[in-house]
Amino acid sequence: MTARLLRSGTLFWTVLFAVTWVLSSYSFQLYKAFDARWIVRFPKKWQLPLEDRISDFLDWLVEDASFHFFSFRDLTRAIAALIEAPYQVLRNVLIEGFSSGYGDTAVQIAPSLSWLAVIVTIMAVGHYARDWFLSVLVGVCFLYLAVFGQWESAMITLASVLIAVPIGVIGGLLLGIFAYRARWFERLIQPVLDLMQTVPVFAYLVPILILFGFGPVAALVATVIYAMPPMVRITIVALKTVPKEIVEAGMMAGCRKRQMMWKVLVPSAIPTLMVGVNQVIMLTLNMVIIASMIGAGGLGFDVLASLRRLDIGGGIEAGLGIVVMAIALDRASQAFADRSARHPLDGNLLQRHPWSGTVVLVIGATLILGQFVPAVQTYPDALTITTGPFWSDAMKWINVNFFDTFEAIKTVILQWLLLPVKKFFTGIPWAWGIIATGLMAWRVGGWKIGLLAALLMTFIATSGLWPKAMVTIYLCGVSVLIATLIGIPLGIWAAESPRAGRVILGLMDTLQTLPSFVYLIPVVMLFRVGDFSAMIAVILYALAPAVRYAAHGLKEVPPALIEAGLMSGCTRRQLLMRIKLPLATPQLYLGLNQTIMLALSMLVITALVGTRDLGQEVYIALTKANAGQGIVAGLSVAFIAIITDRIINALAAGQRDRLGI
Amino acid sequence: MTKPVILDCRNVWKLYGPQADIFLKTNSDPSSADLTAANLIGAVRAVNVQIQQSEIFVIMGLSGSGKSTLVRCLSRLVESTAGEIRFEGKDLLSASDEELIQIRRKKMGMVFQQFALLPHLTVLENAAFPLDVQGIDKKTREARALEVVELVGLKGREGYFPRELSGGQQQRVGIARSLAAEPEIWFLDEPFSALDPLIRREMQDEFLRLQNILHKTIVFITHDFDEAIRLADRIAVMKDGIIEQVATPEELVLQPATDYVAEFTRHVSRAKVIRAASVMEPMNGDSFAGEVAHDAVIEAIADHVEASDLPHRVMEGEKPVGQISRRAVIDVLVGRR
Repeated sequence: MTARLLRSGTLFWTVLFAVTWVLSSYSFQLYKAFDARWIVRFPKKWQLPLEDRISDFLDWLVEDASFHFFSFRDLTRAIAALIEAPYQVLRNVLIEGFSSGYGDTAVQIAPSLSWLAVIVTIMAVGHYARDWFLSVLVGVCFLYLAVFGQWESAMITLASVLIAVPIGVIGGLLLGIFAYRARWFERLIQPVLDLMQTVPVFAYLVPILILFGFGPVAALVATVIYAMPPMVRITIVALKTVPKEIVEAGMMAGCRKRQMMWKVLVPSAIPTLMVGVNQVIMLTLNMVIIASMIGAGGLGFDVLASLRRLDIGGGIEAGLGIVVMAIALDRASQAFADRSARHPLDGNLLQRHPWSGTVVLVIGATLILGQFVPAVQTYPDALTITTGPFWSDAMKWINVNFFDTFEAIKTVILQWLLLPVKKFFTGIPWAWGIIATGLMAWRVGGWKIGLLAALLMTFIATSGLWPKAMVTIYLCGVSVLIATLIGIPLGIWAAESPRAGRVILGLMDTLQTLPSFVYLIPVVMLFRVGDFSAMIAVILYALAPAVRYAAHGLKEVPPALIEAGLMSGCTRRQLLMRIKLPLATPQLYLGLNQTIMLALSMLVITALVGTRDLGQEVYIALTKANAGQGIVAGLSVAFIAIITDRIINALAAGQRDRLGI
Repeated sequence: MTKPVILDCRNVWKLYGPQADIFLKTNSDPSSADLTAANLIGAVRAVNVQIQQSEIFVIMGLSGSGKSTLVRCLSRLVESTAGEIRFEGKDLLSASDEELIQIRRKKMGMVFQQFALLPHLTVLENAAFPLDVQGIDKKTREARALEVVELVGLKGREGYFPRELSGGQQQRVGIARSLAAEPEIWFLDEPFSALDPLIRREMQDEFLRLQNILHKTIVFITHDFDEAIRLADRIAVMKDGIIEQVATPEELVLQPATDYVAEFTRHVSRAKVIRAASVMEPMNGDSFAGEVAHDAVIEAIADHVEASDLPHRVMEGEKPVGQISRRAVIDVLVGRR
């Protein structure tokens, strides 16, 4: 009897929750009763001096480290020079023009590309990648940048994208190829990739700042580090999924190792590899604003500056600039992914390369014409439109007319949801928190995951970050809960009705193209700073995967099972509840997992709007340039992500086993 | 009249599982039960085959019988666990990587079930690929590729990409590619299995036409017994990694070595397999309705032999060797023998 009760899941979870709840509610009384302060607070003297160690190590690296022939500093300088040179060329091409001499004696040799030339080039790329429709779309996107006076900033951003993306793609490709060839390297790099995708960017901004100094190079380095991991992963997968027979065909043709890689494997994998390129581009754009914290100029800097000034209009305008650019580059690179090799055209040189010809002609023509007609060279200021005041006025109007409504909503949610949950989580004594996490993970995924979870939580406690980690967990938990409650029904709706599906999934696609920062702007405008604003921004950012995976999971249910259900006389509702949803649960778990990962990454950014969680700790570290503090707090966030990832994957695996999928 | 052996394969084993090679050193001839006990899977077990010059040697078996693994052992796409494979007298298994590359470049061609064409190359470039890998200049290799593309009947489609072709056409490209380097031995791994029945038949005819021109040494894998008897000079029937019998189609039907082979051949249309020489009787007259070749299958001659009251004379070249009557043909047609 008792044995059966112990084995039963319900009992386990009820008891675990009850104990946690009691301990959380009465932890303060316990501390008083036993006069044991350690119950509520992790003792200072047990804390590990990790932060200082890391900071010291970085100092040593920068000041003293030497590899016999050259110092570490020389190395970072060499890397910086390697990145700086092409970046400067691109800036000259796109913005500044080429000149010789310095200061007052500088003589311009050649002007930068005119705005017309840039637009024609991007349209040519769009047409080459797919068709006229795409060509016009990307053309309009770039025209927007010119008309709304964002041109110069946008070109700075474009220059850094054009540097970061090739480095990220080629670097990722080479690492992926190496991992494909050498199993030990793959085993080595997998956990590193896991960590890279969960450590918040802010955490490694500080070391980069220390190593490379403030400026565009540091920003580019950070961007590449952030954008490269998915490319490595996708390369490994792409190479592994090349059909075995194609590899054998290559071997039977007598390919050497190198021929095999570059003539057979890589070309066959190109469609999948292009998905990776698209990812790198999107992540690069996602970094635009964050990178401007360590010296990238351009649109990101404009957003950040406006946000700091609380200049609503300016922020939205520059933010939209990033969105527009993201949409253009996303659609163009996706088109490249779907594009298959085409037949060459016949005719003379110009007829065979109509677009390259046109581009060269336009560049030449505007170059000459631009000397006489300035409007050809730079888009005339007089014709720019600014929407800044419009946005500011609109916000003002909303705030004047709906202030009470918003305030009421905010208060109710704070009162009844956020504060109670916060109290529950922050009240849990650290020692029990470690045990409870371990027990949960053990119950779901076995003793290995249980031990891992407990160890990682212990790390957080011993770094003295327990209270802040609890705030992170509470904010993340509430946001994910709401995102799931909204997202799964939306996903079901999208799967059940094709028309609604197109709209909803299209909307989700667009939401995912937006850089995370952009969500902060309207939210802060409407709800000001605080946990509530952070929660809204996180929900918006993390909604997409919940919807997508739910829709995908429902659509993937084998048609034979649905037919079987229909023939058994199921109503639509029964079909959904009894057949589709149970079979889609593994997918729903994956969606939940992704939602949590996105929520955690967004949470760090919301530190800017005044949450008091690990994100804030990382942000403070950034402003103080304290590398140790930033890395330890960043690792803590990553560890929370890893624990939840393992637990949910174990849940999904268990469910798949039960369903026999 | 035995022809020279091109590919000689003796006691070849391929086991999958932990420490298969060590296991095989201690147990030279393990049974199925021994393998299961050692947690091993015997994909190819103690296979002996001698493939002769210019013959079509078909390896026939159901899925999981090890036929694909065997052909990969023969081309060394899969390393055998034990055994000896000699190609043109030289030990193939001890060939270095470099030697193997050269052998594959010059002497081996292979056609794959799923065609395995490179999606980013045109028909011509796909056919020229083995030559490209050898470093042959573009002009020479494209001229040669054009020859093989014409040979397989795809002239005019050189500039197409694989995705623009039907399955049958894609496999023609696969065949063209495997022939581009003029191989001595030609491996075909279920080349027509992925095609529709009608196209499959057309491709079999095409294949026989090519072989009439080229006279290659061929190892042909199939799971389709009808295909095997249509194409084969000799058939090896495989089951659970073991070759049950190697024989001509006719011998398989008339003298199955094992119950398994007998079960397989029971439902074969015998008229397609049995040749005149097998059912002829001694000549006992001198009035004949006509002549038939001794190696003609009954199906091909049934119509006129059955239509006349007089027997037909069976000829081996210029020499009469017997006679065949209406009765004998009908016996075969209704399955009495």
